Amino acid sequence: MTSNAQAIWDRARRYQSVLAGQGALVTDADILQPAGTLLDLYGEDIRARAFTTQDPLRGEQMLRPDFTVPIVQQHMAFGAEPARYTYLGKVFRKQETDERRPTEFVQVGFEVFDGKDVAAADAEVFATLAGILSDVPVTPMTGDIGILRAAVLGLKTTKRRRAALMRHLWRPRRFRALLDRFGGLTETPATRTALLADADPMASLPPVLGLRSESEIALRIDALREDAQADPISTTERDLLDALLKVRETAPNALALLKDVAVDLPSISAAVDGLAARLDALSERNIDVETLPFAATYGRTSMEYYDGFVFGFSAAADLNLPPVATGGRYDALTTVLGNGTGVPAVGGVIRPDLVAIAEGSL
Amino acid sequence: MTLKLGIPSKGRLMDKTFDWFAHRGVTLRKSGSNREYAGAVDGIDGIELVLLSAGEIPRELDAGRIHLGVTGSDLVREKLSGWDQRVVEVAQMGFGGADLVIAVPQSWIDVENLDDLDAVAAAFRAQHGFRLRIATKYHRLVREFMREHGVADYQLMDSQGATEGTIRNETAEAVADITSTGETLRANGLKILGDGMIHASQATLFRGRRRTWTQNQRETFKALEAKLAP
Repeated sequence: MTSNAQAIWDRARRYQSVLAGQGALVTDADILQPAGTLLDLYGEDIRARAFTTQDPLRGEQMLRPDFTVPIVQQHMAFGAEPARYTYLGKVFRKQETDERRPTEFVQVGFEVFDGKDVAAADAEVFATLAGILSDVPVTPMTGDIGILRAAVLGLKTTKRRRAALMRHLWRPRRFRALLDRFGGLTETPATRTALLADADPMASLPPVLGLRSESEIALRIDALREDAQADPISTTERDLLDALLKVRETAPNALALLKDVAVDLPSISAAVDGLAARLDALSERNIDVETLPFAATYGRTSMEYYDGFVFGFSAAADLNLPPVATGGRYDALTTVLGNGTGVPAVGGVIRPDLVAIAEGSL
Repeated sequence: MTLKLGIPSKGRLMDKTFDWFAHRGVTLRKSGSNREYAGAVDGIDGIELVLLSAGEIPRELDAGRIHLGVTGSDLVREKLSGWDQRVVEVAQMGFGGADLVIAVPQSWIDVENLDDLDAVAAAFRAQHGFRLRIATKYHRLVREFMREHGVADYQLMDSQGATEGTIRNETAEAVADITSTGETLRANGLKILGDGMIHASQATLFRGRRRTWTQNQRETFKALEAKLAP
């Protein structure tokens, strides 16, 4: 092991001892994880990120791309509330575009399963990692996917449209295309108009091929008819959504802007109150919220399982590094992995290798 | 040191490549018996012919074991991550044209584009409990295309041949396959999505990175380029 590698592991153990000192239980996860679970969660895109290998008996396996999924599984199977965990080890990521980025690196993690006071739990994770990084030249960033979710769920449109938008919350390009279509901004192709004008399109159906059945096709055409008859999502609502997505301010200013949006979009009120409570909880933990940056779209593209508070700590931009620490709330993930029963969960990870670079000590 | 030129070792692609170079005053030929994978080059000095499977040429170029290579632009994009950082297109050769497209059953009268495919994938997963299967041998190209267009809830099934048949056999719901006219797809009851064109491929002369080239090799390449210039 080189002295650099040794220094990174030493650093990782120091961080973990801080977390353990705060009452987090030291835990671990297998390096090889069943590919099926990860594929079901992330879809085919995970193949571009995780190394895949084959076991003759267990089938397709992946080298863990993160610890969160197996830690949540362990907790859902064996854990009792409330619980705090810490783990330390290598994670493995393919680098398809940038050869200079490492394909394996050490992570130290902290996960909190405690639903008593979610704002306090959010603040605990953020403040704990901020404390570990207190002497490192990094800048925090925060966001809240929960506010965006609440805005979409509150749109005055069909259930199907809301579900379609929710499904693509993390894919901004398709989200925008859907919003444009549901807003009546996209021209309907002539063939689609003809299909919907046909009183009985199923009568002239070409021979059905494959597993997708005639009734599934008929159901989708019904859904398309329903959609064609639905009123477009109003300009007002789309503008409110845009105003919300544009919020990028210090936390108190962001809160004020979001409160303004909530007057016309009351569905986000509870989530905005949640942000206010979180800022209070952060203040109580001596975080300077007056200068804390907040961006409504933060974490929207890179961290698909987060659905509430999200945060990251970044080194100086000229170092061109990924964030040295990231985290957030992932209540919905626990529901998916817990077969329907979810628990409030929030966590974060630090990369000691990047901290060392940010400090200039590597 | 000679400059090694890799070209496909058999079939129409090889014949067309021979014709293309001959037309530009460079004669390539197999040496010895027709079964031997050795070749010779006339009309220019310093080039050695290497006959290879078209599918291996991207990897050999990337590894620097050949310096120039003729293969389909689809194969380079599929097999080399960040291909444009690793190889350079010297000339598009105007033959071997084929489109990598996404096709679905003609009975899917409710599906015309990727937007529809994505909506159907969500409904299919809810109904059947697994992600909609797309049969292909172009995993990287299809995955990158789908990610760029934000299509979710699909999975790729590996299919190295007779891909159109996978839907009838119920091992896939859609295909991403190479076609030149679309005739085979149509004959198998499939139709191409309006915006489902992933890549328009053709035979292309590529060169690898020049970092380790000798002065001789650089000069040979210059001489070749001059002959190939239109």
